[in-house]
Amino acid sequence: MFRFITSRLLQSLLALFLVITATFFMIRFVPGGPFTAEKAVTPEILRNLEAHYGLDRPLWRQYLDYLLSLGRGDLGPSFKYPNRTVNEIIGDKLPVSAELGALALAFALVIGITLGTLAAVYRNTWIDYVASTFGMMGISIPTFVVGPLLVLGLAIHLGWFNASGWYGPPDRVLPAIVLGFAYAAPVSRLTRGGMLEILGQDFIRTARAKGASELRIITRHALRGGLLPVVSFLGPAVAGILTGSFVIETIFQIPGIGREFVNSAFNRDYTLVLGTVILYAVLIMALNLVVDIVQAWMNPKVRLEE
Amino acid sequence: MSVPATATLPAPEALEQGSSLGHDAWLRLRKNQLAVFGLVCLAVVAVLCLVGPWLLPYGYEEQKLELGASPPGAMHWLGTDTLGRDLLVRLLYGGRISLGVGLAATFVALTIGVVYGAVAGFFGGKLDAVLMRIVDIMYSLPFPIFVILLMVFFGKNIILLFVAIGAVEWLTMARIVRSQVMAVKRMEFIEAARALGFGKRRIIFRHILPNILGPIIVYTTLTIPAVMLLEAFLSFLGLGVQPPMSSWGVLIKDGAEKMEEFSWLLVFPAALFSLTLFSLNFLGDGLRDALDVRSSKD
Repeated sequence: MFRFITSRLLQSLLALFLVITATFFMIRFVPGGPFTAEKAVTPEILRNLEAHYGLDRPLWRQYLDYLLSLGRGDLGPSFKYPNRTVNEIIGDKLPVSAELGALALAFALVIGITLGTLAAVYRNTWIDYVASTFGMMGISIPTFVVGPLLVLGLAIHLGWFNASGWYGPPDRVLPAIVLGFAYAAPVSRLTRGGMLEILGQDFIRTARAKGASELRIITRHALRGGLLPVVSFLGPAVAGILTGSFVIETIFQIPGIGREFVNSAFNRDYTLVLGTVILYAVLIMALNLVVDIVQAWMNPKVRLEE
Repeated sequence: MSVPATATLPAPEALEQGSSLGHDAWLRLRKNQLAVFGLVCLAVVAVLCLVGPWLLPYGYEEQKLELGASPPGAMHWLGTDTLGRDLLVRLLYGGRISLGVGLAATFVALTIGVVYGAVAGFFGGKLDAVLMRIVDIMYSLPFPIFVILLMVFFGKNIILLFVAIGAVEWLTMARIVRSQVMAVKRMEFIEAARALGFGKRRIIFRHILPNILGPIIVYTTLTIPAVMLLEAFLSFLGLGVQPPMSSWGVLIKDGAEKMEEFSWLLVFPAALFSLTLFSLNFLGDGLRDALDVRSSKD
């Protein structure tokens, strides 16, 4: 186990290094800089600005400087928001996106696991068909279609919710449902498949023979094994929810890190782009590692490979 | 070849010759109503997008500013957008782009994935370990984020769009092909081909690949909707196809901005896009059942 974790950590560090290097050089070879959009910048001021941010130094030097300050946990100053550091901006915006993502994931898991389990237990009945139709909808109707349509129906016509904004708890409902919907569908499919396989096994028959109630059989015996496919899906799901929130934050005007990332790329805000890319990479890799460990803990049959 | 002629043939079981994998699969697929529905829908949508724009008397960028946004009516069947452009024509042109990007990017992913996976699986050993470790590392990278950066920095270029998308989507194909190749390469007919002195390239492409076409077809069918989603996602963020050209993602984005007053601008593109994705997914699922592929799920 220890060897597995260390080798995975090393692999993640290598991947992270690749991400940082690729992003750093990619954004530097792009035409246009962070200050080209502002009109009234004379060549002198531009030179001063570049000197202030160290952009006049050779590229390799900037790269080393960036890596060094990154080692101290400093993501540098933002080029577009004067007097603000990237660390501050992330500290402001990440909690919003994290809350949205956590709510969406909770919605996806509760709905997906419930539907999937019901579909497996009542296999080939109308419940199963409703669940699989729902699953197909979740896979085929993208969030940027569900989102505007729900806003049109529930917010604009019925007036139950605000169409956009992020103030009170009711403002959390629509964004979380829309973002979670896309992942509830695969979760329910995976749960159904996993549960069907487990429910057919001998130890379930034994439990039944011992007179355990059906509810107890499902919750105490079957779910742990039946949810394994769901656990391995959690890594990609969380990564998808993170990037999916770009769209949701745009639709609902939510001040989260996803919108900040897209805007920073448009603004050529080098440090903010790098900072958010590193943040996403670290989050995704860390979650994948956690998922692998949890998976091993849930099922001793999954052999941990190096 | 011709359709009516087959109707007069005796039932396939009555024929003496054995039936091929493809024929068997087709018979099973035909029984799956949802898959047939998907296939028919796709054919209709594709033909409409290809032929429709020529039959309609409007261009995709032809503006009638004095008309503005008008609801569906006799002149413009699906209405017009705020610049007075015919929505139906823009929808069909957008379909060409969306379907075209879907097919082209899937083809890129298919080519890279199949060759990469086949090489890794066939040669095995150290080469396989290195190649698959690279895939593992790439899997853990936040790729949609890179695609967004690419499109922001080098965007407004549709070739780049599908190369970028194709480069993201090949990883799973490589894994599937690799595992299939590893299973097939130990079989006797491969040994026979080797004994006959055939070259490695010939064995891979002429003997192994035709035998794993099933999983490749299934996964390809399921990649197309994923690619179309990614394209629409980028267009929705304003990073994909640039105006005045349209794609379904662009139309949905425009419609979402104006839905409070002109709801048809959102509803029609959203419906057509979802219908197409439904059809592709139903067809992919049906093919999976028909070809009886177990490993294509992951």
